[in-house]
Amino acid sequence: MKWPAMGYLRATSLPDLWSALAQHGASAQIIAGGQTLLATLAFRLSEPSVLVDIIRIPELRGVSVTGGALRIGALTRHAELGRDALVRAHAPLLTEAVPLIAHPAIRNRGTIGGSLAYADPAAELPACIVALDAVVVTASAAGERRIPARDFFTDLLQTALHPGEIIAGVEIPLAARHSAIQEIARRSGDYAMAGLAAALRLEAGCVVAPRLVYFGVGNGPVLAAHASAALEGRPLDAGSIAAAQEALGEDLDPPQDLHGPPDMKRHLARVLTARVLGSFLAPKEMAA
Amino acid sequence: MITLTVNGERVTREVEPRRHLIDFLRLDLGLTGSHAGCEHGVCGACTVRLDGEIVRGCLVLAASLDGADVVTIEGLSDSGEVADLQANFVARNAAQCGFCTPGMIMTAADLLAHEREAGRGTPSRAEIREHLSGNYCRCTGYQAIVDAVEDTLKARHPVADLGRGTAPAPRSSEATR
Repeated sequence: MKWPAMGYLRATSLPDLWSALAQHGASAQIIAGGQTLLATLAFRLSEPSVLVDIIRIPELRGVSVTGGALRIGALTRHAELGRDALVRAHAPLLTEAVPLIAHPAIRNRGTIGGSLAYADPAAELPACIVALDAVVVTASAAGERRIPARDFFTDLLQTALHPGEIIAGVEIPLAARHSAIQEIARRSGDYAMAGLAAALRLEAGCVVAPRLVYFGVGNGPVLAAHASAALEGRPLDAGSIAAAQEALGEDLDPPQDLHGPPDMKRHLARVLTARVLGSFLAPKEMAA
Repeated sequence: MITLTVNGERVTREVEPRRHLIDFLRLDLGLTGSHAGCEHGVCGACTVRLDGEIVRGCLVLAASLDGADVVTIEGLSDSGEVADLQANFVARNAAQCGFCTPGMIMTAADLLAHEREAGRGTPSRAEIREHLSGNYCRCTGYQAIVDAVEDTLKARHPVADLGRGTAPAPRSSEATR
């Protein structure tokens, strides 16, 4: 279907954006890369009165290391994220996630801020930033807020963003950690039937601060508390991996969806648990 | 009112915000090589180059393109950049009904243009498939399309690192039938 009739205006600075939002109110919809939003317009799942384009706001761009964190501007496109040297050095989990996101033509347009704001429960980047214990930095006319990633995703397609507030960027603490992401999809580029983004430290062979975050199996990224606790302080080996798989039953309550029933998703999550944790046993994957 | 460059020519047009790039190209500029397929970003028939990178033309607002540089299949054909690829599509019968072909060529041209980036060497058959995975062929002619892209890569790089990343690169078995 063709998009609905609507207005379009481009904000080229944050003050410009706040005045546009003040003028148009709740019926205005912010657009950045548009790779999800424009598809929802074609389905008439949303009919904004006006699109406010933020893609040329310079304050929302760029990747840098400041104050002990890797800061990634909200307008960083997936393709840029995938080839950025700072991201590769400090958050290789994100570098590894990019090829799993849709297809090259979509990765050239979609932005990290857009993906996080849309909060699709099967998307890769929300799970990654929870696994990396990142902070979402928001901006509004009232100023900035800093929200831990684990508190940012509140429900199905819902976030802690207030009306009139946007994602300005993401800050990822600099840390030596092992990390990996894997997913199972019907076809390359599809949303995951189930996926796992994981980060942990290994100190004297023992697991420290593991964060196993599953996606495609709930209403948002699922930080698996029981499975993570089953690993904490133990040597990473077949025994502790089996314990994490077992404990996972307490963490996941997957809804049935087009891909299959809850039991199948639980099974896939256990399979991914062994694959991802097993990847840390190989000597090649050293800390970031 | 937007002013942009399309296939090297400067154009200025009034566009409605609800116009996507593909309708702008097809209906406003008469460039009908790019196809509107699913119109929600799934099929890849509308793939065009925008500021040097491929995009889904159905997921780009024409109104947002002031100052942009767009290349369609018409411009890509005229430049000769993919003449060998197009010849291989014909030789391998990779066009079939032809609907997906302009998008396939744009996407394959992107792989050809970016190959060997970051020292990855010549893309393997699996990497060709991965790169094309966002472009649907309703005739299911994927084997022939991958053959045509692979032939082009091999012809452009005759010795170097043939078949790197694959098993000893048997000459695409399905193509010899």
